[in-house]
Parts: sequence; structure tokens; C-alpha cells
Amino acid sequence: MSEHVATYDSASESELNYLTNGWSWKSWLLTTDHKRIAILYLISITIFFLLGGAFAGAIRLELLTPQGDLLEAQTYNKMFTMHGVIMIFFFLIPSVPATLGNFLIPIMVGAKDLAFPKINLLSWYLYIAGGVLGLFAAVSGGVDTGWTFYTPYSSTYSNTAVIATAMGAFVAGFSSILTGLNFIVTIHKMRAPGLTWSRLPLFVWAHYATSLIQLLGTPVVAITLVLMMLERAFHIGFFDPALGGDPVLFQHLFWFYSHPAVYIMILPGMGVISEVVTCFSRKSVFGYPFVAGSSLAIAILSFFVWGHHMFVAGQSTYASLVFSLLSFAVAVPSAVKVFNWMATMYKGSVSWETPMLYAMGFIGLFTIGGVTGVMCATMGIDLHIHDTYFIVAHFHYVMVGGMVMAFLAGVHFWWPKMTGKMYNDTWGRIAAGLVFIGFNLTFFPQFILGWLGMPRRYHAYPEEFQSLHVLSTAGASVLGVGYLIPMVYLVYSVFKGPKVTEPSPFGAKGLEWTIPCPPPTENFFAPPVVKEPVYAYAEAHEENTLV
Amino acid sequence: MSDHAVALDSHDEKHVAHQFFSAQQQYESGNLGMWLFLATEVMFFGGMFATYTIYRIWYPDAFRIASSATNVFLGAVNTVVLIVSSLTMALAVQSAQLGKQKRLVAMIVLTMIFGSIFLGVKAVEYTHKWQEGHVPGPYFHWDQAEGGREVQILFCLYFAMTGMHAVHMIVGLGIMAWLLVTAMKGRYGPKYYNPVEISGLYWHFVDIVWIFLFPLLYLIER
Repeated sequence: MSEHVATYDSASESELNYLTNGWSWKSWLLTTDHKRIAILYLISITIFFLLGGAFAGAIRLELLTPQGDLLEAQTYNKMFTMHGVIMIFFFLIPSVPATLGNFLIPIMVGAKDLAFPKINLLSWYLYIAGGVLGLFAAVSGGVDTGWTFYTPYSSTYSNTAVIATAMGAFVAGFSSILTGLNFIVTIHKMRAPGLTWSRLPLFVWAHYATSLIQLLGTPVVAITLVLMMLERAFHIGFFDPALGGDPVLFQHLFWFYSHPAVYIMILPGMGVISEVVTCFSRKSVFGYPFVAGSSLAIAILSFFVWGHHMFVAGQSTYASLVFSLLSFAVAVPSAVKVFNWMATMYKGSVSWETPMLYAMGFIGLFTIGGVTGVMCATMGIDLHIHDTYFIVAHFHYVMVGGMVMAFLAGVHFWWPKMTGKMYNDTWGRIAAGLVFIGFNLTFFPQFILGWLGMPRRYHAYPEEFQSLHVLSTAGASVLGVGYLIPMVYLVYSVFKGPKVTEPSPFGAKGLEWTIPCPPPTENFFAPPVVKEPVYAYAEAHEENTLV
Repeated sequence: MSDHAVALDSHDEKHVAHQFFSAQQQYESGNLGMWLFLATEVMFFGGMFATYTIYRIWYPDAFRIASSATNVFLGAVNTVVLIVSSLTMALAVQSAQLGKQKRLVAMIVLTMIFGSIFLGVKAVEYTHKWQEGHVPGPYFHWDQAEGGREVQILFCLYFAMTGMHAVHMIVGLGIMAWLLVTAMKGRYGPKYYNPVEISGLYWHFVDIVWIFLFPLLYLIER
């Protein structure tokens, strides 16, 4: 044991932090430090976000005019496919878990690292390998199947780089599985003494639920993509009607993962929002057990709703009925979260720093995305809006309005912890406002477009839709500027920003706020022991008033 | 901390990775990690078993007829070979726990031999299938009057499922090779045998998959 204590001591003496502990390329690219791997992920997913955003830009530019004048239909199909593939597999799924989760979960549970640091590094390399395959597909002709790879188009008819793209998603999937596995083992086995399950931060609970989905859902899409690739490569048939196969079976298998996957793309964000709301309300989370339990409830329910993607695909009406009811049920734990966040703020001492602004954006936009999700899950309404811009608007409200907002909230909240530098809060608030306005301007018109009957995935449209499309494109440019500003001031702050000297610049509670900014390589100078309940803001307040 | 420290002696210490506080914590984490990975594997193979189930319910006759074209003798031999390899694997874990170094190395070698025999037999079976024209795709042909177009689906599943199983066997052999090298260096003993144990879990899992594949593919109506 003496050896471990010695490392703790030496860390405190030398004042090395994880960023200054080694400067070589090797010390970054072969690191097993969860914090450095989180930074590697942060840089990589930002690159993919910019790339996916560029494809979105091409889509919005084409849709400025009713005629298909900028891009040909075929090129347009490739643009929205690659936008979807990159944003989902290479940005949204790893966004919060692989960056903030990787950085914070070991610290939040009081451990020195994840349970399997080498596997953590392997998962980053798998992610990069998947990304390289995806990029290879993009430059070798692109892919035009839509991110859903529906058969038989993907397996038989498409003349694009389907296999390379699917292989990229397959490899990146294993990165996601390994991250989830690492988190579950860490949360189960590496909690500090005194850190009971009921004292775990809600960020950790949300990641636990996410990890369950990653672990149990991702392998199903992996094997589904394998079967599709085999069918395409060897001209055999699992889903080929000519051989008695069923293309709808592909959809069932695909959505068995991909619907739970949309909760991979929102649950970690909810974890971020729980942390941010409680910190900037200076109040413990209202109904902690319900917020924690609702994460698990969402994860469990998520596995029983996939059929709502196939209401018009020839699925039995009775099956659709059950899937519809189960999909409604997901609204309950989601609403529990939203109401508990509001109750947390009620009579709290609320302040409006940048992370809190993003969190407020999240709550509003996620609510719109969630409520329209209930509409989409209603069979009668879905017949009308299926495959229209209403669906596009709905899931962008959840994924962009929800997850990207939460990601930005989290990055701003933990930025001083990760870098030891403070960004300019004024610029932060301006950007948060621009993102909110730009987002709504982009996607609210799409609800109306969809309701009026504009189908998704078309590069040309009737003239009466043009004004709404122009609004949407204008909004997209505001949104784009809103996303670029943080990249500038955050990077600037790393080099020129003021140093953060106190462990908890926002006055937040939690183990990660008890250690220096940025943390030392071993995270803690001595093994932490947790003695107080989670989010003990009220207790801190009482102590202050007593003094 | 102090109770962890009591449980440790110097032999434990050198195997405990820096992120763990005790050998016990490391042991439990390793085991849980492998069980979770196997849960992932169940879902991975589960996608194919679900596909199999649906098509078998739809086309019971085609599956029955196509299944009769498999070589049940070679399949049965392979089943026995794999079960024996599971036994040697279990004995390898026991040898590590008891600190019987030579027997540990011998059992790992035996497990690798049985695993290779399995893959060899599988290669023979695949060759027969190719010669008989039962490999699905453009060159597939079916002589019997019965069956119809759906027989090909069983062969698609046969190759996908046994092929994916064989990939797992090859990975298993790689793990065994790594175990062999480290075991020969004397890394495992009564105080530290977790890698042998969890590699064994993986090996048994791959065996169990075959235990399901054999009746589903070979024994539909025999």
C-alpha cells in the first residue's frame, strides 16, 4: 500500500497536473489517463461535428430554392446520408459519454482511473478507425442510403460506398460498447468509501443507464450491419424477398438498437443538466431518487418501443398499437426529469452563467422535442407526418436542441476543471443566445413544413414551401455562427484565459470540485472518503449562516 | 484503506494495476467486465438467433430439408471436441488456482489443440459445402425436387452463424496463445489467476454458442 500513498504524495509535491505531466506525442497518443483520453475524444468529435455541420450546410443551401439547382438529386442524397452518419455515429453517440463522461466518472466516484484504462484507449482508437473508414467512404464516392441503411436498397441497388460506411459504424460501435462496459464496472466496483448508490451524482446515474443501452443494444446493430454487408458483398439473402427474406426484418433489427440509441444520445445530456441546474440553483436536486430512477426507466423502456418506426412498413396494427402505448410511456420518466429540474429551481438562488443558459435552452427545446415525440408515436398522426419534415424537426429538437445544448452546457460547466482556465462569460452568454435563436429559427419552420406535407430527403419542392425553407436556412447560418463563437473563445481561454485557482469556481458540490483545476494525474492527493449526502447545498448554506 | 492494506501482501501488490486499491477490487472488476462483455456477445449472436427463429417459423419445410444436407457426423465430432476443450480449459483455471504450473501450461496447450481440431473439421465441412454447391449466392444450386427457393436462407444462416462462431474461436485461440506465453513466464498462481479465469469464461461462452448451433442447424429432423 505504501507505494500508492507515495504516488499521491509525489503528485502533491511536484504540482504536476494531468496536462503538464508529459509533453511528447507519445504521452498523449499512448496515454491511459482517462482525462487525456477525454481530451483526445473532445478534439476528434469536434472535427467530426464540423464535418457533419458542413454537410448540413450543403443541405440547407440546396433547399434555399425550390428547384434542385445547387446539387443533383444523387449528390443531395449523399449529403444527408453523410450528415446523418457522421453526426450520429461519430458525434452524438460519443459526445457527452466519451468526453465529459470519460473525464468525470472516475473522479465523481473517487477513483484514480476507469477500471480498464487500456481498453479505454483502445476504444478511442476504434472510434478513430471507424471514423477513418467513414471518411474513406465519403471521399470514395460517398453513400446515399440514408443513415438507416435500409435493405434492399443498401444491400442490392445502391452504387455507393455502403460497405465502407457500414463498416465504419460497426467499428465505432465497438468503441461505444467498450466505453459503456468500462463505465459500468467502474461505477460498480470503484466507488470511494462512503459513496453509496444514493450519493452518486445524477451525471453518473445517467451514464450508468446509457452504458446499459450501449452494452445491450449496440451488438444488435453490429450483427445487423454484418448481415447487410454479407448480403451486399456475396449476393446472398437474409433480407432479400427474391429468396423469401424480409426487408422489414432488417428494420426491426436495426431499430432494436437504433431507437435505444437515441436515448444514448439524450440520457448523458440529462445527466449534465441535472448537475448544472442544481449548481446554479444552489439547491439539492428535487426528488433525487426519481431523477436517478427515471434514467433507468428510460433505458429499460427504450428497448420496447422500436416498432414505432414501422407503423407504415406493413407491421401488424396490433403490434403497432402496443408499440405506440409503450412509446407514450417513455414520456413519463422524461417528464419526471423536466418537472424535477423546475422544482429544483423553485425557490432556489438561481444565477445565469453560460452553462445555466444552455441548460435552460435544453429544458425548453427538449420539452418541445419530447412532446412532439408523443405526437409522432400516435398511430393516426404518424400516418400523416411519417417521412415528413415534422419528423426531421422532432428529432433535431431532441438531438440538437437537447443533446448539443447539454454538451455545450457541460463543456462550459467543466471547462475550468478540464483546462484550469476560465472563458469569457459575456461571449459565452452571447453565443448561448445565438444558438437558441438560430436553432429555433432553423427547426421550428420545419415542423410547419412537415405538417403541410413537405417530405424529407427531397432536394426539390413546390414553390409554396420556399419562404419556410428560407427561414430555416437563415436560422442555420445563425446557428452555425453560434457554434463557431465558443470554439474561438474556448480555445483562446486555454492560452490567454485567466487561471482558475480555486477547486470549485462555480461553487458546485461533488468530488470533482474538491480537487485542483486541472486535476493531477492520479486525480486525488489522498483516497477520498465521502461523508456528506449528494448535492449538500442546503447544508453548506446552513453552515455559512451559523458562522 | 487500512483493511485493504491488511489483505495485501507483496505477492499481490505487483499484480495490482495502479487504478485499483486492492487485489480483491481488481479481481471483481475483471470478472464483472468479462460477464458484461458476454452479455454483449449474447445480444450479438441474439440478432442471428432471432433471424433464424423467424425464418424457421415461416419456412419449416425448407429448413427441415436443407438441414438434412448438413454433415451430422462431423458436427457431432466437433461438438465432442469442443466439450472436451471446455474441460481442459476448466482444468487450466483449476491448475492456476492450485499453482500447478506445468499442468497449467499443458492444459492451455491441450485447449488450443482441441480448438484447432474444431476449426480444421469446420474447414472440411465448408469445403464439402462448396463442392456440393450449397454455398449461398449466385453459384448456389439445389438438386432435390423439394425445398424451393427458401432452402437458401438456411444456408445463409448456417454460414453466417458458424462463420461468426469460428471468428470467435480464432479470437479465443489468440487469447490462449497470449495466456500460454504469460503462463510460461510464471505469471499465474493461487494469488493471481484472474486472466486465466476470465479467458476461460470467454472460451466456455463460445462453446455454449456451438451447443445451440449444433441442434438448430444439424438436427432439425433427425
